[in-house]
Amino acid sequence: MHNHPVFTDNDPQSELSTLNLGPTHPATHGVFQNVLQLDGERIVSGVSTIGYIHRAFEKIAEHRPFYQITPLTDRLNYCSSPINNMGWHMTVEKLLNIQLPKRVDYMRIIVMELARIADHIVCNGVLGVDTGAFTGFLYMMEFREAIYEIYEEICGSRLTTNVGRIGGFERNFNEIFFRKTRKFLVDFPPALAEFESLFNRNRIFIDRTKGVAEVTAETALSYSWTGPLLRAAGVDYDVRAMNPYSSYQDLDFEVPVGTTGDVYDRFLVRNEEMKQSMRMIEQCLKLVEKEDPTIFHADVPAYYLPPKEEVYNNMEALIYHFKIVMGEVETPVGEVYHSVEGANGELGFYLVNDGGRSPYRLHFRRPSFINYQMYAPMSRGMLLSDAIINMSSLNIIAGELDA
Amino acid sequence: MSTISNEQIIEAIAAKFGDNVKTEGEPYGLLTVETGREQIIDLLSFLKNDATLKFGFLTDITAIHYPEREKAIGVIYHLHSLQNNIRIRIKVFVADGDVHVPTATVLWDGANWMERETYDFFGVDFTGHPDLRRILNVDDMTVFPMRREFPLEDPNRVDKKDYFFGR
Repeated sequence: MHNHPVFTDNDPQSELSTLNLGPTHPATHGVFQNVLQLDGERIVSGVSTIGYIHRAFEKIAEHRPFYQITPLTDRLNYCSSPINNMGWHMTVEKLLNIQLPKRVDYMRIIVMELARIADHIVCNGVLGVDTGAFTGFLYMMEFREAIYEIYEEICGSRLTTNVGRIGGFERNFNEIFFRKTRKFLVDFPPALAEFESLFNRNRIFIDRTKGVAEVTAETALSYSWTGPLLRAAGVDYDVRAMNPYSSYQDLDFEVPVGTTGDVYDRFLVRNEEMKQSMRMIEQCLKLVEKEDPTIFHADVPAYYLPPKEEVYNNMEALIYHFKIVMGEVETPVGEVYHSVEGANGELGFYLVNDGGRSPYRLHFRRPSFINYQMYAPMSRGMLLSDAIINMSSLNIIAGELDA
Repeated sequence: MSTISNEQIIEAIAAKFGDNVKTEGEPYGLLTVETGREQIIDLLSFLKNDATLKFGFLTDITAIHYPEREKAIGVIYHLHSLQNNIRIRIKVFVADGDVHVPTATVLWDGANWMERETYDFFGVDFTGHPDLRRILNVDDMTVFPMRREFPLEDPNRVDKKDYFFGR
């Protein structure tokens, strides 16, 4: 396709130039470095360096009670924190064999799918920015803001939500939450359709993305890719469909699958996932109405951190509150692996518990970390501008990459 | 859900490996087996390429440290069979001071960074790995921080000592 001379290291004719892409390059959208050898503007080889915001979460988690690990999970994929929070709480619930009421499951799905939409909005918007179209990003930001306002209604935070408890939520969802969610479901689809009409058949966008960084299904599986990237390559692996957690089996949704695994397919898959997420939220809003509106957590007083007003007025709650905060609750010995479908792929939690106040070992299977290792090998022979687009479409979140 | 059962997997492994692979149990439904480093690549290769098991997807590689045990460091593999929708966990324990495990990069390209991370945190030397360098920590670090001998908190802190809580 493109014949360019390949120079060896000792060749005096060699005209390779070294480009330091990162650690703080505006197009990397995160802190990671790639040292690229360029022949003209074609990449000959690349070396990735990561770990710039490594915060030793797994080590810290070995010294904290279960509830204090939730803020750590927030900071993994900080574009969709609720998914991480729920994933962690579900892991602990699996360890403790807690059965949740259906209403809590559906409430969780609503929040998780909103988080997925927020994540995909940012990813696809930024992909547009990197191809030179700022408009889509600006239009879509309004809706990420709407989602963050919905988060505010349930937990008061916007970015690092720290939402949920082991066994449910810390408070019931109020009427404003449901009103805002319904409004979002009305407002967002036309905007998404407009966003798609801006990009899907845009000549410049297609030229920049179609056929760029194609990945076969075999390669993607060999590199353990998951999430939208693997689905764009044609493998319909979705944790929600294969190993349903949190009552996803009650919902009717489809798993969008691409064919070539190129950047354009990843873009389309993410857009389609947003539509599927909205379908799920709609169904869950209907299902939640059929349940008892007062239930928002499972009846497990020994593990569920009681609400503050109960702690101040109820002796039982005060005792449980103290025991939970100080890490005094009895937990079963065992090991558990639980995974949820994060925005970037399979987010897994491997928890080994020895009955102490903290996990003996907690390992996060972080999709960004595992997806990113293919970046340097697949950049070989690519144009530099294509490598930038490729990085945007991988949606590498530095917090999840480095943990 | 799954199209094959844990018992079928145990039988298939036992027929091929006999006593070299021990079944640890099925915590929370996830079959856990333990083997030695001599068999690990054969076992992974068998699980990946077997026509009925089809454990073609490497979910994760990590490690764990039990300082009180003779074989202190365990490398833990999670495999997933996408066709059969079933997972398996494989553990390989090695003694501290001789932390060598053959690399799984011969089977999956994705094992590369997972093993680098495991080396970075636990010092597991994956023999045959194409590029075994630290990945998240700085290169000139001399310790393997996830091992249990490196306590996280300031040892002078007394407010969280166990005897305050009757432990």
